Amino acid sequence: MKDKPDVLQGTLALMVLKTLDVLGSQHGYGIARRIEQISGDILVLNQGSLYPLLLKLEHEGSIVSERGTSDNNRRARFYRITAAGRKQLQTETSDWERTAQIIERFFNVKAEELP
Amino acid sequence: MKFLRRFFIRLSNFASGRRADQRLREELAEHLAFQTDENVRAGMPPAEARRQAVLKLGAAEAIREDHHAEQSLPFVENLFQDLRFAVRMLRRSPGFSLIAIAIVALGIGATTAIYSVIDATLLHPLPYPHPSELVRIEANLPGVGAHDVGISIPELKDLQNSGIFQYVSLAFFGTDTLTGNTQPTRIAGKSVTPAYFAVLGVDAQLGRTFDPHDTTPGFNNELVISDGLWKRAFGGDPQILGKILRIDNDPARVVGVMPAGFRDQGQTPEEVGTELWAAGGFADDPAPPPMRGTRFPFVAIARLQPGLSPAAAQAHLDALVDSLKKQYPADYPPQAAWTVHLTPLAETLVGNVRQSLILLFGAVGLVLLISCVNVANLLLARASARGHEMAVRQALGAARMRLVRQLFTESLLLFVLGGITGFVVLFCAQKFLLQFVPETLPRLNDISIGWGVLAFAIVVSVVAGTIFGLAPAWLTSRLYLTATLRQEGRGSNGSRRRSRLRHVLVIGELALSLVLMIAAGLLLRSFYDLFNVQPGFNPTRVMAIETSLPNPNDPNTDIYRTATQEGVLLREVLRRNRTIPGVEETAVSDRAAIPLGHGQSDRRMTPLIREGLEAQSSQPPLIDTLIVSPEYFHLLDMTLLRGRLFVDQDLEDTPLTAVINEAAARTYWPNENPVGKRVDLGDHSGRAKPDWTTIVGVIADARTESLADASIPQMYLDIYQRPFKFLALYLRGQVDPATIAAQVRAQVQAVDPNLPVFHAETLDDVLASSLSVRRFSMEMVALFAGTALLLAGLGIYGTISYLVNEQRREIAIRLALGAQRRDILRMVLHQGLTLAAAGAVLGLAGALVVSHLMSGLLFGVAPTDLLTFAGVTLVLTTVALAASYIPALRAMRLDPNTMLHSE
Repeated sequence: MKDKPDVLQGTLALMVLKTLDVLGSQHGYGIARRIEQISGDILVLNQGSLYPLLLKLEHEGSIVSERGTSDNNRRARFYRITAAGRKQLQTETSDWERTAQIIERFFNVKAEELP
Repeated sequence: MKFLRRFFIRLSNFASGRRADQRLREELAEHLAFQTDENVRAGMPPAEARRQAVLKLGAAEAIREDHHAEQSLPFVENLFQDLRFAVRMLRRSPGFSLIAIAIVALGIGATTAIYSVIDATLLHPLPYPHPSELVRIEANLPGVGAHDVGISIPELKDLQNSGIFQYVSLAFFGTDTLTGNTQPTRIAGKSVTPAYFAVLGVDAQLGRTFDPHDTTPGFNNELVISDGLWKRAFGGDPQILGKILRIDNDPARVVGVMPAGFRDQGQTPEEVGTELWAAGGFADDPAPPPMRGTRFPFVAIARLQPGLSPAAAQAHLDALVDSLKKQYPADYPPQAAWTVHLTPLAETLVGNVRQSLILLFGAVGLVLLISCVNVANLLLARASARGHEMAVRQALGAARMRLVRQLFTESLLLFVLGGITGFVVLFCAQKFLLQFVPETLPRLNDISIGWGVLAFAIVVSVVAGTIFGLAPAWLTSRLYLTATLRQEGRGSNGSRRRSRLRHVLVIGELALSLVLMIAAGLLLRSFYDLFNVQPGFNPTRVMAIETSLPNPNDPNTDIYRTATQEGVLLREVLRRNRTIPGVEETAVSDRAAIPLGHGQSDRRMTPLIREGLEAQSSQPPLIDTLIVSPEYFHLLDMTLLRGRLFVDQDLEDTPLTAVINEAAARTYWPNENPVGKRVDLGDHSGRAKPDWTTIVGVIADARTESLADASIPQMYLDIYQRPFKFLALYLRGQVDPATIAAQVRAQVQAVDPNLPVFHAETLDDVLASSLSVRRFSMEMVALFAGTALLLAGLGIYGTISYLVNEQRREIAIRLALGAQRRDILRMVLHQGLTLAAAGAVLGLAGALVVSHLMSGLLFGVAPTDLLTFAGVTLVLTTVALAASYIPALRAMRLDPNTMLHSE
């Protein structure tokens, strides 16, 4: 298990929001599957930890949920991103990109380039 | 802010916690179903599919718990858990709980009761806006030993223009007769200068109050009435404004009705209940011309400029006084040393009861302390019973802090329940309890058991619960696990500590109750002495009934203007009253001469100019003056020492006469015979100057001013020479107090139907009510002391029982080894006595301090009165011995065989 990194704190929320933004309405299991698919099984998602997060996001108003029926006729709770969630996604995406840029620059810097 | 936000989210989670948890569980189950489905589709057997799904999901319970811990408030949740547990524990030992709650309820209920009195009298004596700006102005002449000499109208103007005050006003409280209705009614009324209501800062509910800038020199013939009078006498007539009322035969117009809740300022409940206010400038009829030296014995009150502290105002005022003295040297001779002093109004109103109330609060505070100590002691006793429980909990992994918190919650719950019980009992019994509060207490009617008092009760219970709950909780949870689990109570360190604390607590309890009992004993002795003091007059079988003659502002309409005119009326009234069956003797005097029957404000101080000693213009000493009819002395059994009393031949046109008491003779004519000396009393209205009054007799001192004070110089004048409007009739004989007022009223109104007759009281009652505040505080302190003694007895009983219980093995061994049962008894009693002795030593030291602090309340007994100290210590020791005796008996009857075998 050591070779597969755990999901970073805080990034899971971002992944959930992005997933919901792309897929529209989706139930918890679907979200979990999707995250695993996209991360190409590099990431080990402790699937259970997804649900407290969903509760929290809903509490904060980024997503809403309603009961519904899935494709294979199972009762499930479906989540949908809200306008506030989209906004949060935008800010967090740009934050991430900036952070990633900075980190990348640090990785690429070579000793002789320093003044 | 973020923290706060999170807190609120958590708080709302706390409320919706169950729902969130439910949902989480649901979703996890659904997730499992999905995964299992998929695994089955992928070809796994159903059981394996489910197993894999569960593995993949992770530890569902842990997730739920984590979520819970993160999203809710563990502190609050624990608190609720503790509370639930505490309630269960209290219900499991109902006897203990009831006793503890009752003891706390007693302490807190009593404290809250006294607090409610203090809240109304000391803390909120002035129900007006910005009460701290209100001051009383008092002028003194310390050079001639005269205090509170009053203010003259020019001085009032100076004060008003000084810039120190927003408004200044003079007020004179008296009673007025309201005629025009069927029965002439006496009404508590006040004559004030027009700025009075502006000083108080209260407006009328209907109409207006007086215009503070009104400059009418005499009475402006405007009246303001109280809401009570308006509703009672006029049925709340909305057309009351402009109505003409006849007050002492003077017509005056109602201009305003005060709001229902308005209470006047004053030192007595009567004054506080003033119902009628008349305004005037006191610079013209009926007042003498405004001269600097013509001071009115009125109460001067003022409202300071906003933001000006009383100290700063006093400094400004001192400067003003200095400049006035320079400007008018003739009016303010240096030897008189005129000073003007400001006192916060609130202080002057409660001055005479403040000390008593503080004493009571102190006493009740001690009772509270003792009851808390007692409960702490009970908690500790229970701690040993619960040692095993604590040990088991600790062994199972409970943290010490967690145990402390839970025990603490239990004791806090006890205290709060006790406090609430105390409050509820007080609330239900308030009507009953208020009967015991003396009527002479100012603002008696404002005492109420309201929200403020409830808040006080709860705060006190929480504070007491915190202080007295923490230590037992701490000590209960302190255990040496193995020792306790093996056998609780056999010499484990924790229990030794606990019993040491219990000893300290019992000693403290005994000491505190000793202090209270000594205070009560001293007060009791003072009261007893005061009650049995020889008053110098005989109040038994004497009735005093008040009446008053009209006092119109226009002297020409006064049919009782001269002494001769009034004398005719008085002789006829007295003659008729003597015909009432049972009446043996009658007399009449001014209201101020009712023995012990009045407040300080009624005392009339007259300048005493002794012939050849004081010049007319200098500031003479002031003497307490009473106006009486010749029969007064005989009716009250006062002893003549020298000279003669008044006789029927002393009349308006014969030389003026006076009788003085021994104290006056001693003070003003030391080593001389005062009989035959002449004095001028400075009342020259309508007479030629100088107007000498001859002293014709000296009587023995009588405590007619105050039972506690034997020697106040007094001078008696003859009512047939000096007419007076506010009168008291005296009847000695076998009369029925219930019907006498009606009989006297019939006789008086047969002479003049416009005279009111009111306020019939036996002198014994007057005497008793003059002692009412003392009696009240004495009774209360005695009650508290009794309670304290009871609690201390219970405390020592509990402790000794506990000790005996702990030592039962030792006792059994001693008995087995041949100790006499008597020795065992002695041993246990010795333990009780040691505690009592330690408590007594501490208590005596404390009592010495307290008794000196309360020396102002004592009469005829020294603060170190040996008898009281010794007697009380004896009582306490006896109680301690008696309380130890029961457990000692139990120890003595211990059967060593059974005991040693059972262990």
